[in-house]
Amino acid sequence: MFSLTQEEITAIKLSLRVAIVATAVSLPIGVLIALLLARGRFWGRSLLNALVLVPLVLPPVVTGYLLLVAFGRNGLLGRWFEEHLGIVFAFRWTGAALACAIMGFPLMVRAIRLSIEAVDRKLEQAASTLGASSLWVFATVTLPLIAPGLLAGAILAFARAMGEFGATITFVSNIPGETQTLPTLIYTFTQVPGGDPAALRLTVISLALSLAAILASEALAERIRGKLDAK
Amino acid sequence: MSLDVAAQASLGDFRLDASFISDSRVTAIFGPSGSGKTSVLNVIAGLLRPERGRVVVDGAVLMDSAAGIFVPAYRRRVGYVFQESRLFPNLSVKSNLLYGRFFARQDDRYALIDEVVDLLDLSSLLPRGIQALSGGERQRVAIGRALLASPRLLLLDEPLASLDEKRKQEVMPFLERLRDQAHVPIVYVSHVLAEIERLSGTVVTMAAGRVVAVT
Repeated sequence: MFSLTQEEITAIKLSLRVAIVATAVSLPIGVLIALLLARGRFWGRSLLNALVLVPLVLPPVVTGYLLLVAFGRNGLLGRWFEEHLGIVFAFRWTGAALACAIMGFPLMVRAIRLSIEAVDRKLEQAASTLGASSLWVFATVTLPLIAPGLLAGAILAFARAMGEFGATITFVSNIPGETQTLPTLIYTFTQVPGGDPAALRLTVISLALSLAAILASEALAERIRGKLDAK
Repeated sequence: MSLDVAAQASLGDFRLDASFISDSRVTAIFGPSGSGKTSVLNVIAGLLRPERGRVVVDGAVLMDSAAGIFVPAYRRRVGYVFQESRLFPNLSVKSNLLYGRFFARQDDRYALIDEVVDLLDLSSLLPRGIQALSGGERQRVAIGRALLASPRLLLLDEPLASLDEKRKQEVMPFLERLRDQAHVPIVYVSHVLAEIERLSGTVVTMAAGRVVAVT
């Protein structure tokens, strides 16, 4: 029962690639947005916060459809990316990565934001009196202190990306070898007669990956709390 | 050594309106808690920007609101030892000590690592982590860290306040050595008259945000 077919291995590999790219590309943006939300005092902050969080509560099919409208080959953003950066999202694995990144973004930003808010700003002041400019303060004090939160956020976003289904299938469909990820392949198996053993196999893999990610993320959160108590 | 400070600032309900001039190697700022002592230090360090004011250390203008000058904290070379040590928890004692030194310009570096380690008796602490230090040890490391940045002026904000009596007696001799041996003018804040008397120098007395006496 546990030997995987070529089709399944392809889907797992694609899922991993999509999740890794989605997490890696959204991480620096996530840090920036989390910094803005945690420390910025500007007009429209709550709007930005709501925009970041909205994929959590929006039906994934709506998010997928919005992506299709905006990032499709005729969409405003889709055309811009194709002309200026040569990146096409529609019905490509890159589109799956984009959908996954957006769906995982709220979880990532929330984890990073919490860790930024836990940083003792007095330490940053101390660093500035020792000659560190704000960029140096961020690199040598803030970043090391929020590293566990950063990692926890990245793991959550990665896990979310591995499981993303609705937005992905709406935006980039379910094309074997291009956009057929682990969840969409499971869906395919549930739609054909005799697909149950395969669906079950992939479900076990999916469950194991998700559990591992949650455990890792919680363990890191625990470490942050421990660090704060130690002070 | 000359220090010329003037600051006017509203901090919530509190109004700071203080100015003094000192030419001693040690300037003590004395007053009850809430009298604005720490705010004055923050103005000197550049952590607090007053609405109006002036900070001149040995002819170097660090802030002058009339002339539109505000040198940011990281360019002031004003060392600051806080009430709580504020050591970096992610770094070892040694890395904490060397932190400010890394940012000091080659020409400005006068503090020698060995001298500072001797002065504050830090050699046995070097390989340790911050969590393994007692309160008194932390303050000594914090003083060393500030010194090794080679500051033009060293601010000490009640460095003994967070320590129990035994630890205070343990750290006090180091402060006296600092006064006698380190080549840096000191501004020392305290609400304990005995500490001030032991370190001597010019005493600036504050109350309710104002300077009431300079002796």
